[in-house]
Amino acid sequence: MLPVRSLPAMHALRNLRARWVTSLLTAGGMALVVFVFTAIRMVGAGIEATLVATGEADNLFIISDGAETEVQSTLARDQASIVMARPEVARDQAGRPLASRELVVLISLPQRDGARPANVTLRGMEAQGRTLRPRVRLLAGRWFNPGAAEVVTGRSIAARFDGAGLGETLRFAGRDWRVTGVVDGGGTAFDSEVWGDLDAFMQAWRREAYSLTLMRLASPGPEAAFRRILASDPRLRIDVQSEAEFYARQSRSVRLFFDVLGWVLSLVFSLAAIIGAMLTMYASVAARTAEVGTLRAMGFRRDAIFLSFLVESLALGSIGGVVGVLAAALLGFVSVSTLNWQTFSEISFRLTITSEIATSAILFAVVMGLLGGALPALRAARLDILAALRAS
Amino acid sequence: MAARLAGKTMSEAAEPEMPTHALNAGKPAAPMVRLSAVSKSYWRGGEQLTVLNNLSLEVAAGDFIALMGPSGSGKSTLLNLVAGIDRADTGQVEVAGVDLATLDEGALADWRAANVGFIFQFYNLLPVLNAIENVELPLLLTGLHADARRTRARQVLGLVGLADRLDHRPGELSGGQQQRVAIARAVVADPRLIVADEPTGDLDRAAGADVLALLGRLNEGLGTTILMVTHDQHAARAARRVLTLDKGVLVDSAGG
Repeated sequence: MLPVRSLPAMHALRNLRARWVTSLLTAGGMALVVFVFTAIRMVGAGIEATLVATGEADNLFIISDGAETEVQSTLARDQASIVMARPEVARDQAGRPLASRELVVLISLPQRDGARPANVTLRGMEAQGRTLRPRVRLLAGRWFNPGAAEVVTGRSIAARFDGAGLGETLRFAGRDWRVTGVVDGGGTAFDSEVWGDLDAFMQAWRREAYSLTLMRLASPGPEAAFRRILASDPRLRIDVQSEAEFYARQSRSVRLFFDVLGWVLSLVFSLAAIIGAMLTMYASVAARTAEVGTLRAMGFRRDAIFLSFLVESLALGSIGGVVGVLAAALLGFVSVSTLNWQTFSEISFRLTITSEIATSAILFAVVMGLLGGALPALRAARLDILAALRAS
Repeated sequence: MAARLAGKTMSEAAEPEMPTHALNAGKPAAPMVRLSAVSKSYWRGGEQLTVLNNLSLEVAAGDFIALMGPSGSGKSTLLNLVAGIDRADTGQVEVAGVDLATLDEGALADWRAANVGFIFQFYNLLPVLNAIENVELPLLLTGLHADARRTRARQVLGLVGLADRLDHRPGELSGGQQQRVAIARAVVADPRLIVADEPTGDLDRAAGADVLALLGRLNEGLGTTILMVTHDQHAARAARRVLTLDKGVLVDSAGG
């Protein structure tokens, strides 16, 4: 069998241009589907990127055994003390453990735009908590004082919630809390948190136990050995993991949800786009029946005709895919917030496009083009030469 | 044919070096087309219509035949059988020494690409391609490199007097010019046989005469065998021989 002697792709592209209105509408339909597909998956990737960036690789995260989130965790004071007393824990220049016992609670705060109140994460920490999170920096104002009813707010919280701006007052746990500073979390989940002093928070909520202890080892590396030591201590019922790993694990189910949502919604929408492409291509075959007859008479085989029409619909899909991805990529400039149902708190993040998302979106569009074009291309290829020529 | 056509106008090509498959005047030539007892019928509305009835015919290589006859006489069907775009029910259709019944669909397509040039009443140019791209189309089925294809198409368009219309699309050309592009497309791959179905049917008299003169020069200059279906007596006079069909049988054969 001789190789397929195909018509140049330029021919298919010019046919698309010749019917530019229908081509534009068809590619536009595909672009919309790709946009939805890409945007939804960008939400998942954005949350994942934010959460993964939140964890410092060198920090160890100690929560109660079995807890999935910081809010669920209850770490007794004595257990926290045992851990912090271990010689493996790093010390600062003053000899204090490089560790921060922390209390994490959720409160509901009213939003500035009048939308219904949303959950916000409050984190009470010791002074070392700031040292262990070097990417978080003060944007304006000052840090809270130990024991005082003062807080600093992440910049996303400061912008969106009533009373969360610099110099304003938040009311929770039965008292007023002055906002002394606004912090930049560097695109991490800390942009969506309110921080205050651990002791002040413990008193305000009358808590006897912490949520977690964040700490760093004196020498990085023997993390597994440290875990084994803690696991062998019968007094401890704790879970030790790296902070980065903890947040990455939190993001997995969120990412999976948005990936699945993106695929399912897009598959449903794509049916309409595929039918649109199919109708466009059937119309193209009908309009070019005589052309097909002429090409077949000249000696172009059925497979060449099939490929020619398929290239046309693949081009439609590719154009739709690229346009859809580019349009969705513009969303990367927008910061949004949503409920992180792993923690039931608001999280602010930037939609993130990855090469995997862009590639799969364009492939998705190409497959739509393929499915939309295959049957019309087959019909064109199966046209009888004489019947096709009579169409002229 | 590049060598045969290079650097010539069509009038110069009327006296070329002898083409490989040209009619060798004065010597008995093998027939280019031989039909033996060919019959063809179609089913229409549950009724069988016999279009060609036991027809036998020989066309010498280099001949220029006009096929005439009333509508439904079978002349287009005859043309289609000879061109290899339709198959006979019975009998043998042999063109350029090949029994077309022995070729499967793919082989028949390759055979057409190598041996047959088509000229249609309504030109059948691809509207999205310009003149030179239309003429290049049959060359895509050859092994020619892109540069060689472009050179050859340009030469042939020059021969049909359209050297200054290479980049014009069909919609930007007159009917006569479009048909000349179609003729250039038909001859560019150096076919042994040209089949023309009412090539002047959509043209005014002057443009029609121009096209017929061009076909005549192709036939005389390059020795290309031409089968032309026409209703027009004036067009038929351009041919060397006129065959008249009626009800699927050959009823007359006369010199043009």
